[in-house]
Amino acid sequence: MSYKFDSDARYTENDEWARLEDDLVVCGITDYAQDQLSDVVYVELPEVGATVSAGDAVAVVESVKAAADVYAPVSGEIVAVNEALEDSPELVNEDPFGAAWFFKIAPSNLSELDELMDQAAYETYIEEREEG
Amino acid sequence: MEQFIYDLSQPGRRGVDLPDPDVPETPIPQDLLREDLPLPEVSEQQVVRHYVRLSQKNYAVDIGFYPLGSCTMKYNPKVNERAARLPGFADIHPLQDPATVQGAMQLMYELQEMLGEIAGFDAVSLQPSAGAHGELTGVLIMRAAQIARGQGHRTKILVPDSAHGTNPASTTMSGLEVVELPSDANGNVDLEALRAALDDTVVGLMITNPSTLGLFEQHIVEVCELVHEAGGLVYGDGANLNAIMGICRPGDLGIDVMHFNLHKTFSTPHGGGGPGSGPVGVVAELAPYLPGPLVALDEDKGYHWVWPEKSIGRVRSFHGNFGVMVRAYTYIRMHGAEGLRRVSEDAVLNANYLQALVRERGDYPIPHGDRTCMHEVIIQGKLKGAEDIHTLDIAKRLIDYGFHPPTIYFPLIVPEALMIEPTETESKETIEAFVDALTAIAQEARTQPELLHEAPHAAPVRRLDEVKAARQPVLVRKPA
Repeated sequence: MSYKFDSDARYTENDEWARLEDDLVVCGITDYAQDQLSDVVYVELPEVGATVSAGDAVAVVESVKAAADVYAPVSGEIVAVNEALEDSPELVNEDPFGAAWFFKIAPSNLSELDELMDQAAYETYIEEREEG
Repeated sequence: MEQFIYDLSQPGRRGVDLPDPDVPETPIPQDLLREDLPLPEVSEQQVVRHYVRLSQKNYAVDIGFYPLGSCTMKYNPKVNERAARLPGFADIHPLQDPATVQGAMQLMYELQEMLGEIAGFDAVSLQPSAGAHGELTGVLIMRAAQIARGQGHRTKILVPDSAHGTNPASTTMSGLEVVELPSDANGNVDLEALRAALDDTVVGLMITNPSTLGLFEQHIVEVCELVHEAGGLVYGDGANLNAIMGICRPGDLGIDVMHFNLHKTFSTPHGGGGPGSGPVGVVAELAPYLPGPLVALDEDKGYHWVWPEKSIGRVRSFHGNFGVMVRAYTYIRMHGAEGLRRVSEDAVLNANYLQALVRERGDYPIPHGDRTCMHEVIIQGKLKGAEDIHTLDIAKRLIDYGFHPPTIYFPLIVPEALMIEPTETESKETIEAFVDALTAIAQEARTQPELLHEAPHAAPVRRLDEVKAARQPVLVRKPA
């Protein structure tokens, strides 16, 4: 299986991606995650203004196969959510790194981003799981 | 396509002729009358034909093999139905004076006692309507007990990732917070992760044993001890009780509260065939919190209703799904203690025979195939040489072979999972025929993949569009 990646993004062990844009950390789920979930039918987003810690479950993504929590990759305040996903959850399957961003965090500790995996490390992490 | 019964309706058609009333008519108050309540107007024969036709499109455990993992779709003996239809059980009302329903109350009392004995608990409430309802009841009991201990600040429930999917839902429903625990390489609870998660914010742990990986939790006693040492309580999900009856008792292993699925383990119809029943058993410390009323017995009063002193309250109207209790009671009495042990032994034997056959044929990976499984086995729909075939395709193709598909894509921690539970009531030949079908499907996957992608071919309807149904559900019938 070959998956799409974004070389500008950082990755979590729970298959979220996080990308720094204009001092905000934009977050979503990876191409591998959407492929594992299959057709996404519902997305529940966090509330704008919520303060979150890295690792908090903040959103939910539901497919015909499973429901999964989406965790905050970094700590901070949720400053924007992608409401388009509520009406068009299929965007998560079609464009996971672009149109299907989930939320934007104003980070309280930007160094948390550096602790996440880069693309190469994440690719290895996926391969290990595929073999396992 | 079968029409909706509303589409069969003709104005003025009647199924029954009621006699003229022999008492004065009392008019229904004007404000309770409504005209927007359309009921189908059909004859008795139309009703019978409509539902018989629908039933013939259905698949049932009385038609064929139904290895739906963790649902324990065992054969439901017909003697259960005979018992449930006895007038003393079928023609009574829950508001009757207890003196007039002593037989029914005796059955409930003895069922409480028998379930307590089977699973090693001091007290049992028959109130909850089904498994998840029992879970919610159990979590509320744990919470009440922690508050009584002066530990009301505890708000977290630990749930291993190999637990039933309802466990996190029940926790959330009860207002508590879920903390997921990983499994180790052997499919057991990761003890290091458990130790790290245990602190004074933990109400308790919810554990499914055998787990949804079809494995007996090898550290179950240690897991319970660790939780108890940290001041927590242990909830046991009894959905997989069919693997261990008469062999070990959850109460003896250190579990404090557990629900039973009478509709699984004790052979009452479910999966569209009838309501469930999810009694909850507890150790002595938790007995005062059980939902009431319970049935008690003493010489003066006979069988009578009692309320546990600090009960969490009612969780259901009246006395639970009584008809299901009669069937479960009949099943237990028909088997006796030795028979129930034999049930579990045969359930585990059948699952292991199925696992051994699948392993021998070599088509489907078995993630924990090196371990003896319990009453169910998890295999993966990852076929070499057929990478574009997924578990869903295999499941749909099994329908063409005359089998109900197993549970699929669960547990979530196993990619492309097929969760197969043959139960003890299936013959060796049926299990072999099922594995033959799996093998034939693996062959088709490599040579004629379109057969799988387009399956089922032989069912009343073809492949349903699950995605469209979830994204654009139509929840109200549109008149023809």
